[in-house]
Amino acid sequence: MKYVDEFRDPQKAKALLREIQTLTTQFGKTASQPLKVMEVCGGHTHSIFKYGLEEILPDTIELIHGPGCPVCVMPRGRLDDAIAIADYPNVILTTFGDAMRVPGSQKSLLQAKAVGADIRMVYSPLDSLQIAKDNPDKEVVFFGLGFETTAPSTALTILQADAEGLQNFSMFCNHVLVIPALQALLDNPDLQLDAFIGPGHVSMVIGTEPYHFIAQQYQKPLVVSGFEPLDILQSLWMILQQLIQGRCEVENQYDRIVKPEGNSVALNAMNTVFEVRQKFEWRGLGDIPNSGFKIRPKYAQFDAEVKFTLPNRQVADHKACQCGEILKGVMKPWQCKVFGTACTPENPIGTCMVSSEGACAAYYKYGRLSKVAKTAVGIN
Amino acid sequence: MCLGIPGQITEITDKEHQLAMVNISGVQRQVNIACIIDENHPIDTCINDWVLVHVGFAMNRLDEQEAAETLQLLHELALAE
Repeated sequence: MKYVDEFRDPQKAKALLREIQTLTTQFGKTASQPLKVMEVCGGHTHSIFKYGLEEILPDTIELIHGPGCPVCVMPRGRLDDAIAIADYPNVILTTFGDAMRVPGSQKSLLQAKAVGADIRMVYSPLDSLQIAKDNPDKEVVFFGLGFETTAPSTALTILQADAEGLQNFSMFCNHVLVIPALQALLDNPDLQLDAFIGPGHVSMVIGTEPYHFIAQQYQKPLVVSGFEPLDILQSLWMILQQLIQGRCEVENQYDRIVKPEGNSVALNAMNTVFEVRQKFEWRGLGDIPNSGFKIRPKYAQFDAEVKFTLPNRQVADHKACQCGEILKGVMKPWQCKVFGTACTPENPIGTCMVSSEGACAAYYKYGRLSKVAKTAVGIN
Repeated sequence: MCLGIPGQITEITDKEHQLAMVNISGVQRQVNIACIIDENHPIDTCINDWVLVHVGFAMNRLDEQEAAETLQLLHELALAE
């Protein structure tokens, strides 16, 4: 068992596809009125395009690409704050590679690095501690972002910095939370959804319990899914089984990784270091209450927002960019007038074109044209 | 961003900092295993465990029995076609 190839078996995929086709027809769905399923997580969006699942699924299912891509929901003002930190003298800013090309109001981290700021990509937040030890005369700031999957790793990094008594390390915390974002989506009257594919690796940390309100209060089935093609297809099959049987539950397809209670060590680390912000700005979704983490006062010596004076401005999105509508699932990437012309992965205007998990970048990179898009551009 | 890759622990490299060497698709990488250690799983028992690695941390163990059951279900579905 290698936990990868086994979940890419074409024969099993074909069987699942045939089942899905039968069940959607049985459920009375048509190409003009498809079953609308949102995959919340950008990792799922990436897998769906990488393996061409959207192309092989029947017309009776429409996948809506949700806001679960931390890079895509990063507001321009927070990027400007990160660049302001990097522009301080004697600062080394470290971050994950995903964040390097996110456009701020004036430039990206990559462009700031090109004009002289000391900005370094790291594989793990722990690498920042080594950089801090190697550069005792510099302040090393980790630009932390990501959902609950990533937050435990940055929390453990701060706990280790504390244990080692590091004086020249801090973090600019931009961690966001899945559940408040889902709540905001569900309360959006524009959004028409039948069900959710739930995020696999966030659930590995938080468990499956926090999603129950979606099934109980909003009557939407949710299936927590893995990231291989068979995982996603099986999750769709499980959603259809629920709908046909008149059930509305939270189910776990990814039980080889996700336990109902989550990971207690990770949750404890997260809750020790972080507390919930009153509100946090999400690109395209605006301010969402209780949707982000900040560093607790006990660890203020590691909080870049305490150590540095920041512009702290909210910056409106680019006028031509419609990432907000795409993140809410009410618009498709190719319906944006700058998609693939003024806005490309090499020169992104909007964040959905930056990360490989963003819907626009996924459509652009894998050359997917849905049947609607084919019609729009005159391809038969 | 939430990318996770399965890997197998081959060696405990630093007990104090809870670090282990993990074989990820043939690449050896040192990762932090704090999130998978508890009283039921002391650090010395982790060798050969399959874990999911995310940003340099092992975030959870992979459950072989659950994976096998999922694959068996899909196999039966394919046979029933």
